[in-house]
Amino acid sequence: MFGMLRCLWDYRGFVISSIGNEFAARFARSRLGGLWMIIHPLSQVAIYALILSNVLAAKLPGIDNKYAYALYLMAGMLAWNLFSEIISRCLTLFIEQGNLMKKMLFPRITLPVIVMGSALLNNLLLFIAMLVVFALLGQTPNLQMVWLLPLTLAVVALAMGIGLILGVLNVFVRDIGQVVPILLQIWFWFTPVVYPVTIIPEELKSAVNANPMYSIVSAYHDILVYGKVPDLQQVTITVLVAIGLMLLGLFMFRRAAPEMVDAL
Amino acid sequence: MSLLVVNNLGKAYCSYSSEWQRIARWFYLPVKPQEEHWTLKHISFSIEPGEAIGIVGQNGAGKSTLLKMITGTLQPTEGSVQINGRIAAILELGMGFNPELTGRQNVHYAAGLMGFKAEQIEQAMPEIEAFAEIGEYFDEPVRTYSSGMQMRVAFSVATAFRPEILIVDEALSVGDSYFQHKSFNRIREFQEQGTTLLIVSHDRGSIQSLCNRALLLEHGSIIKDGAPEEVMDFYNAIIAEKENTKVQARQLEDGSVQTRSGTGEASIESVGLYNAKAEPIEFVSVGEPVSLRIITRINSDIPELVMGYMIKDRLGQPVFGTNTHHLGCKLESLRAGETLEYRFSFPANLGVGSYSIAVALHTTDIHISCNYEWCDLALVFNVINASKTPFVGLAWIPPTVECYR
Repeated sequence: MFGMLRCLWDYRGFVISSIGNEFAARFARSRLGGLWMIIHPLSQVAIYALILSNVLAAKLPGIDNKYAYALYLMAGMLAWNLFSEIISRCLTLFIEQGNLMKKMLFPRITLPVIVMGSALLNNLLLFIAMLVVFALLGQTPNLQMVWLLPLTLAVVALAMGIGLILGVLNVFVRDIGQVVPILLQIWFWFTPVVYPVTIIPEELKSAVNANPMYSIVSAYHDILVYGKVPDLQQVTITVLVAIGLMLLGLFMFRRAAPEMVDAL
Repeated sequence: MSLLVVNNLGKAYCSYSSEWQRIARWFYLPVKPQEEHWTLKHISFSIEPGEAIGIVGQNGAGKSTLLKMITGTLQPTEGSVQINGRIAAILELGMGFNPELTGRQNVHYAAGLMGFKAEQIEQAMPEIEAFAEIGEYFDEPVRTYSSGMQMRVAFSVATAFRPEILIVDEALSVGDSYFQHKSFNRIREFQEQGTTLLIVSHDRGSIQSLCNRALLLEHGSIIKDGAPEEVMDFYNAIIAEKENTKVQARQLEDGSVQTRSGTGEASIESVGLYNAKAEPIEFVSVGEPVSLRIITRINSDIPELVMGYMIKDRLGQPVFGTNTHHLGCKLESLRAGETLEYRFSFPANLGVGSYSIAVALHTTDIHISCNYEWCDLALVFNVINASKTPFVGLAWIPPTVECYR
């Protein structure tokens, strides 16, 4: 484990420049370049807001902003976007970089770390864009936003854990790569991002509580929409789950690394 | 201390009846692989500093697997690779280049991938830029490059830092011939500075001119380890080999090894070089008319017979070769028990040095189609300059000179 960290530290220049390269490459040919990374989720928010606001807006208690639903959507999207980006990129990461892994010797752990850094950078940009939109809609930044820092780390840990496990498995069982996007879609709709948790029937509440993303998304809601301290107890459980998955993912990555090149 | 020690290296690819069984194994569950396929087994050799080693073998012999394990991208199943020094591999140029980024950015990336720090890369950058010689394109996106330009940049960065061991793959055709010379020069420079070369190639020329030792891989094991010429002869014999044929290597008196192969329907009894007075000779002077006499025995009835010979220089590079098919002297319907004597007469228009003659008996003009007997180093002779003006090189091409002023 410490060997892995040492390697990462030795290759820090490479990791940072790779993240920068990825970012630069996005701007290379399209006029708006990296802005698309913000426009996509924001337009998604706009679509949901437009179509669903009349259905759902009335059921969003506790805020008096008339754009409450849009704010709610954006807060949830901020968390979910990071989560799903990391998972879906980790999923195909080793297959995409297969040729490189076969022919060059470098610490493989840098690959998921680059994905993580790149996703974090995107998320930061999205967050800044959202702050601007929030300000336009009359929601001012508050002090509770500091909580987003540890929460982001929790999302990253959870997503990296799941992503590593699935990415490693996908090298050997390619069906994983096909089934995961579907499962992610389902997971998205089972997480209260688009709708408030209050519309879920009472008998299904316990199922929602078992969803580790639920506590995170609702913490984002608490901070960004309601401006209050999130429910730390729920988040702690998610963090523990995330750490567990992360360790499992790293373990599998380590065990699989020698065989991965064989199978690619 | 040896630079590289490969000890009893082996690689097996395991297959399981279900991939989930493989995954179960990571969690230390006792699952037996359904099948183990060994691509390499019992490979042992060591390399001393400054050596240059060629690795030859047919496709699928295990060359790439071996190189990948030496490079470290592939984990050996058994045995070990010990490396004392930095190893660099040019297995594929332009790995991981992003077409949207400029040459400079890609160089940063590639050198980072090789494990160099930002300052080291910055320091080497002018050198890399100068070596690639692509001018202003260096700051243009790689997608605008021709493939040759991309190769130039890729080679420049791959060899920007001198490694202790350099692995070069056969497919090293780096752009145009100018840059090819330049890149081979760099490889030679490295070699002079003490870098050990490990070259995989099918090209006899580059193996013999760059290497002082060669390894022949066949079916995942080293079947020959020796001087490049000897190994390449053996390798060619294997290619020519048909079913039920034997490749024999016989040590000659001077220590070199002669390789014979073939199906044996016809065999070569003796090979001799004679001067104009019909005396056998070993030393030939430049330009002297000589006659190569080859006595052949027919061991069983064969429809046709072609005799070919090839004169090779000290490094095994072909100097001249032809056969009786091209010379219009193809024999047909031969009976068992016949003895033939071929006489090839020619002036020895060769440069000073040692030459060998390989002879072959076969059916058509390509000697691998049906190879009765093929014999490398059938004869070794020396050319001395007794009567001509001094000159260098392999060929005697006497000029006349006129000068106008």
